[in-house]
Amino acid sequence: MQKEIICIVCPRGCHMNVQILDNAITVEGNACKRGREFAILEMTAPKRSLTTTVRTVYSHFPVLPVRTDTQLPKDLLLEAMKVIDDTIVDYMVKMHDVIIKDILGTGCNIIASCDLPRIPEERADI
Amino acid sequence: MIRVGFCSERPKNMIPKSENTYDVTIIGGGPAGLSAALSSAKNNAKTLLIEREAKLGGILKQCIHDGFGLIMFKQKLTGPEYAQYYINMLEKTDVEVTCSTFVTEMKRKEDGTFHLVLVTCDGIRHICSKTIVLATGCRERSAKQIFIHGTRPAGILTAGTAQYYTNILGQMPAKKCVILGSGDIGLIMARRLTLEGAVVEGVYEAKKDLGGLLRNYSQCLMDFNIPLHTQTTCTRVFGEKRLSAVEVCAVDDDMNPLEGSERIIECDSLILSVGLIPENELAEKLGIVTDKETNGPAADHCHQTMVDGVFVCGNAFHVNDLVDYVSLGAKTAGKCAALYSKKIRKLIPILHDGYFAYCVPQFIDMSANEKKVDIYFRSRKKEDKIQVTLSAGDEVIISKKYVQIRPSEMELLQIDIGEIEKINNWKNGVSIKMEKVE
Repeated sequence: MQKEIICIVCPRGCHMNVQILDNAITVEGNACKRGREFAILEMTAPKRSLTTTVRTVYSHFPVLPVRTDTQLPKDLLLEAMKVIDDTIVDYMVKMHDVIIKDILGTGCNIIASCDLPRIPEERADI
Repeated sequence: MIRVGFCSERPKNMIPKSENTYDVTIIGGGPAGLSAALSSAKNNAKTLLIEREAKLGGILKQCIHDGFGLIMFKQKLTGPEYAQYYINMLEKTDVEVTCSTFVTEMKRKEDGTFHLVLVTCDGIRHICSKTIVLATGCRERSAKQIFIHGTRPAGILTAGTAQYYTNILGQMPAKKCVILGSGDIGLIMARRLTLEGAVVEGVYEAKKDLGGLLRNYSQCLMDFNIPLHTQTTCTRVFGEKRLSAVEVCAVDDDMNPLEGSERIIECDSLILSVGLIPENELAEKLGIVTDKETNGPAADHCHQTMVDGVFVCGNAFHVNDLVDYVSLGAKTAGKCAALYSKKIRKLIPILHDGYFAYCVPQFIDMSANEKKVDIYFRSRKKEDKIQVTLSAGDEVIISKKYVQIRPSEMELLQIDIGEIEKINNWKNGVSIKMEKVE
């Protein structure tokens, strides 16, 4: 089996040619080791990181940006989105706090991409 | 970080009503402004950072996708994380930050310093600053600027606006959309809207080549089976109150629509990702010289514009494709602004031929204390096997080979001023050339 892949590891975007022959994998066109790793994974068990938002109860910050701490199997992305859609954050959050633990039993956590800013105080002088 | 005149949080102290003086005033609290402020404070300058929105971070706040920070932090970060890292570093400095603040006037005084008028939550304030760093970013090209015919329904928006709705407000701007232009934000929004349940009918690009990075084509379009139609553009929009359909049409190499190739697509939104333009309304007030190719101010390698004491960095200078490059350039700008002295510069130009879309900086200040020169350039066309040479007269200063260069990918050439000084003929400037190699 042979496949052309564009590497997504870094902005360079190498064009790679991956070939599987009798359990031996050859990768061509990659500029670095990470490209080879990506190509092999892409042929066997493709993974992606997922970045999205989680709804909050705070009007000054309606959605909290979140991401996966490791990568999810590519075909579980849409299913993971459903779980994330059903989540509401109603507490203060710091960057990298876990919002959803072990999503879909993958071992992958959904973590906050930034602090949830505290609720603005009313200013007495305005 | 000391919050001054900050609307949504109680400020520790306010900007005094009488004129306050700073060494460095940075306009814009996005990635460029944050990095410039940090670097200015590290060089012991009294620094003020002005942001017009209520929160720092600029466009990074809504760029929730990852891929930022590979150069600066050696890891793949999301936009909000990248901003948070800088904000956390800034918390440890004594940079004064004022959000929800607009600069309405900027004037050079007789003593060479600058007088700025600010509109803040506490009313109008006047400040005085030895130097100014413009970090005002860029704006998206809008529907008006690309001349699409038809009615004026709702549902035609830029990719950045669609991103703001989805990622900041948490509201979906589209159910079924067409994306015009294949810039990075357009590709990323195609994936984002698909993940949130919208249908992206396709991405249309008038040019022959993709506008954004290849990796974004792969992970945003190919992963979700979203088709990319190159050499095709949107020629008409339909709809009364809300967009109901668009007409797309194939174009020839000179971008002229090909008759008979028109196709009507039903959709409720047209999302535009058709390029960015540096924001320089403030720069114009100071009579700054702009470069017609970058649409930003011309500057030397210290990021100082042709007006002494005014620096520029980030996308206000030229539109970068990586935020890491923005931070790196802004770091130089902040440092040079902090160490600014009123000596006369010894400027030599960096000349380039027509194969380049642009090349920055436009000048090198041979008298500067900053010896590191970062030259960024973009080619006009996609070329394979290219050698780029920087020379003075017949003498080569540096040359670098590239397997491929693409207009959408900015390239970097780093040199030291010492390497130019070694050459005899540098006084008339240096020139950068592109040549085919085998």
